[in-house]
Amino acid sequence: MALKSCIRILPIVLVIIIFIGLLLGFVPPDKISRVIGEQSGFGGVVITAVLGAVLHIPSLISFPLAASFLTVGASVATTAAFITTLTMIGTVTLPLEIKELGRKFALLRNGISFIIAIIIAFIMGMIL
Amino acid sequence: MNKDKTKKQKKGMLRDLILLGIFSCVMIILLLVFPNKQEPVIKTSWDFFVEMIAILPAVMILMGLFSVWVSKETVVKYLGKKSGLKGMFLSILFGALPTGPLYVAFPMASTMIKKGARISNIIIFLSAWACIKIPQEMVEMRFLGLKFMASRLLLTIIFVFLMGLLVERIIEWSDRKNSKLEGGKINAGI
Repeated sequence: MALKSCIRILPIVLVIIIFIGLLLGFVPPDKISRVIGEQSGFGGVVITAVLGAVLHIPSLISFPLAASFLTVGASVATTAAFITTLTMIGTVTLPLEIKELGRKFALLRNGISFIIAIIIAFIMGMIL
Repeated sequence: MNKDKTKKQKKGMLRDLILLGIFSCVMIILLLVFPNKQEPVIKTSWDFFVEMIAILPAVMILMGLFSVWVSKETVVKYLGKKSGLKGMFLSILFGALPTGPLYVAFPMASTMIKKGARISNIIIFLSAWACIKIPQEMVEMRFLGLKFMASRLLLTIIFVFLMGLLVERIIEWSDRKNSKLEGGKINAGI
């Protein structure tokens, strides 16, 4: 069971690892930090929050990816926003959530999650 | 149902493998065109690979064990009837147990609502399931440090509580409004 889930997750782990390698090797940090770094402010946080909400990456792998964001100059706030929306909001699983729990419940949960992810991100940026 | 699941998993696996193929090709081409980037790219990828391999098996074993120890029925049974502060903490606790992806939790949540669990508890349970999982926190600490992990965890718990109460209010308020409009007809669903 554990071994099977390990194998199942392996391809996407490798994809992310290659992506991180290329990201850190090719994209100059000052470019990245202009979009999602300290000086990007509110816009940068919202961009990464949307990215995190739309993408469907297993949360376990989002952490090394987020760590690589930080290394190339992303701010703490944008990194926190990315992880929080990635784990809390599922656009891919939304149809299932609506089916099981109702439209109102699912939309409220995902919508408010997005807002609190941004609030959490800003507090993280302030305290760290 | 089970057959359907394995079919879905196989499809997902195939998609992941194709993605891996594309990424590998892109990397090889880029590294051939820019030979001077070979060393930093390969070194970074390798370092992250070693980190992942160091922690992933432990996480997977933990998840496997818990999905056997704590059955869905147990969770539904305990969360269905507990209310108040105790129910909220239990919701966080059960959600945080290292078991399965989020879509597994939707049917459980649906059963609990039918059994009369509070909306706030269900919201807290789902959110905890999504982003306060114990193995996730392990990996987060390893890659982003204790300070980052602990502050994000604490903030998430606080805001998830608030969100639970808020969503409950909104849904109760709109249900009341609806039932008035429909002359007290009982609302199906939520």
